[in-house]
Amino acid sequence: MVPRDANATSKAASGACLLRTRGLSKQYGPVTVLSNVSIEIEAGEIHAIIGENGAGKSTLMRLISGYVDPSAGSLEIEGHAVSFATPHEAQDAGIVLVHQEILLADGLTVAENLFLGRELTRNGVVDDRRMQQIAADKLAELGCHVSPNRLVRDVALADRQLVQIARALLDDYKLVIFDEPTAVLTGNEVERLLDIVLRLKERNIGVLYISHRLDEVQRLADKVTVLRDGKMVGTYPGRTLSQMDMAELMVGRELSALYPPKSDAKPGEPMLRVMNATVPGYVEDVSFTAHKGEILGLAGMVGAGRTELFEGLVGLRPASARIELNGVPLHIRSQREAIDAGIGYLTEDRKAKGLLLQERLAPNLTLSALGRFHPGLYLRKRRETAALAEAVAQYDIRLKSLKVTAGQLSGGNQQKLLLAKILLTDPSVVIIDEPTRGIDIANKAQIYTFIRKLVGQGKACIVISSEMQELIGLCDRILIMRQGRINGEVSGEQMTETNIALFATADTEGGQAAVGGRA
Amino acid sequence: MSTVTQSAPSRRPRDFAFSWADAGPFLALAALLVIGFLVNPDFLSVTNLSNVITRSAFIAIIAVGATFVISSGGLDLSVGSMAAFITGITILFMNAMAPSWGAWAIPAGMVVALMTGLACGLANGVIVTVGKIEPFIATLGTMGIFRALITYMSDGGTIPIDRTLREAYRPVYFGTVGGIPIPILVSLAVAAIASFILYKTKYGRKCAAAGANEDVARYSGISIVRTRTIAYVVQGACVAIAAICYVPRLGAATPTTGVLWELQVITAVVIGGTALRGGKGHIWGTVAGAVILELIANLMVLSDFVSEYLVAAVQGVIIIIAMLIQRFSK
Repeated sequence: MVPRDANATSKAASGACLLRTRGLSKQYGPVTVLSNVSIEIEAGEIHAIIGENGAGKSTLMRLISGYVDPSAGSLEIEGHAVSFATPHEAQDAGIVLVHQEILLADGLTVAENLFLGRELTRNGVVDDRRMQQIAADKLAELGCHVSPNRLVRDVALADRQLVQIARALLDDYKLVIFDEPTAVLTGNEVERLLDIVLRLKERNIGVLYISHRLDEVQRLADKVTVLRDGKMVGTYPGRTLSQMDMAELMVGRELSALYPPKSDAKPGEPMLRVMNATVPGYVEDVSFTAHKGEILGLAGMVGAGRTELFEGLVGLRPASARIELNGVPLHIRSQREAIDAGIGYLTEDRKAKGLLLQERLAPNLTLSALGRFHPGLYLRKRRETAALAEAVAQYDIRLKSLKVTAGQLSGGNQQKLLLAKILLTDPSVVIIDEPTRGIDIANKAQIYTFIRKLVGQGKACIVISSEMQELIGLCDRILIMRQGRINGEVSGEQMTETNIALFATADTEGGQAAVGGRA
Repeated sequence: MSTVTQSAPSRRPRDFAFSWADAGPFLALAALLVIGFLVNPDFLSVTNLSNVITRSAFIAIIAVGATFVISSGGLDLSVGSMAAFITGITILFMNAMAPSWGAWAIPAGMVVALMTGLACGLANGVIVTVGKIEPFIATLGTMGIFRALITYMSDGGTIPIDRTLREAYRPVYFGTVGGIPIPILVSLAVAAIASFILYKTKYGRKCAAAGANEDVARYSGISIVRTRTIAYVVQGACVAIAAICYVPRLGAATPTTGVLWELQVITAVVIGGTALRGGKGHIWGTVAGAVILELIANLMVLSDFVSEYLVAAVQGVIIIIAMLIQRFSK
């Protein structure tokens, strides 16, 4: 931390504001991920940051907690200008970030993790006893009763999250930042976490709370700051906003305008029928049917097994299932066989699993469909170039020149390229995992239109998404997974966030239940 | 592919874009020739250069195979021992057949060499891909096995080629066609075929994709197991071809044949511009790399600056410099 006394005079003007950001901006090369964000957090205030994936929430958190340097703008704590070179400096200044991902050492015990890097010692020797005692106390405070001696790898996911929170609360911080803390938690655990947050508020600690779940935000937040495409939309008093208001602020337009109109036509005959799908460790005995001309949504929380289910079905991980495509049984043992059978799967992780970022666009586009460009002895690059030109036009991929590499495209254009890549294999069923993660609103609207067009051409589309609004706006029917099973199904008027959240978190008796499902 | 160049608007960018990384090895080669000439004008004589390049041919041929393996994300430490092993088997076979088949034992022996190479490569590939063992460890194991086998076959001594075959086999190394030594022609042919496969075929794409990002390749429906295994088989074939050219030069296989070749091979690939972690392979860069290594050795012999006993040290320095350049040019 580098306090600069020159600015200390502003303290009087700004009052007792705990943290103030002024015009925070972050650019990576030519890409601006966050621009000109100014927020204020008071002590004892819960300040929620909402926005869609890629709106810049995580970047803002990382700037405030010292993981990333701002390109412009400044931070003030209690009126003093500060800048953090490392997260440690931020922690010394009283700011701690509770990460969304679990960042614990699997092979160490709960207590060892809690004290990692700041072990208590007695006479120069690590004092395990005392650390275990404190760990047990701290965890009990959070309502977590795992033994401090257990290895983290043997502890349930929700408890790991609590261990991580306990780690952040071990010292007295002035500001605690939660990045999607409930993403991996279920019903009771969520309640416990919200309780923890409220207790922090009572202790006059400032809380920055990032969440996708607008119901939580509504319950907790004193103030809500909305980000969209890296820019600040505004800060609003929490209780005045309805969940619909928040959603529309995040999207920046009437929600109905973002999504293409749903078709009135009745869905066609069953196209993809999956029976008793099991992916060991993730999914158990799931059956469903996707119809011709239908966009079928897959909702559920992180860890519900949605991605694993479909990776299993297309041969990317060990799985067993009976699959029929247009009534013909399929035996899919590899991604190749799935592609050849007409099932295309578009990964959620386009950077690590979808595209070769160092490669140019044409080789990326044709990688799944090389056979088409290889009629005899060798690859016809001319045909590849033609296919690229066609894809660029058809999917409106914006690029400076055809020579750029995939990594040089913006997220939205990468996603369009990936979509074009999968569609080049001419699938009849298209499975799209997180179709709009981290891309801007204009590209989102386009991708929704493309997906609607696909089912109009007689394909079936399956969309996996963590954005409930997206599923509700785009899909004809939504299946909700919970803990490796399909826990519910909604369609038509029943497609609401409340219903989806209910099925995503609550254990419905007797397994699958249908709310207003199609007869 | 001549038609392609006519399509003016969206001409394939790759072939015309200049890249320092791609040109690096050739610039280094040119610089080395100039330095060599300044140090000793004899260096640029046709005889000397032709000798040097001929000597670099084995490493070049093996390194072309290694470019496949490394491009696909693998590594093969066993090439030196494998070369010795194949040489041993081939000579034993030729000697056994010489009395009845006469000179025909030579082409038959070449076929045996090729078969052995393919089998050795397949073994490496299957251990790495199906066995899911780190390439470094797997080929460290087979390196020991091949080395032990040649030592066992030769009883710790040498396996000389039968006198009756020596004259007939000699031209494979010492002969020329149109004034160009045969080993040079063979390595050019191997490199030409290899670059066709790597740059113009489906397999080449799959190979580079598997090495650049295994997940992307998998999610694109490419079989990593098949792609990498084939790369090892190609490597085996290249080792066999190198061994075939090598037999007449020494006339025998010994337990020290091919010792430390793996080091030279990997050095040639890396200074040729192929990243050790996989991805796009640079066949002609690899060939240039092999020639550079031999030129440096030759230069050290011709000049008096550095003792020729330090050749390996200089080559070691070169591989480190090449890696540093790759690191910092990112």
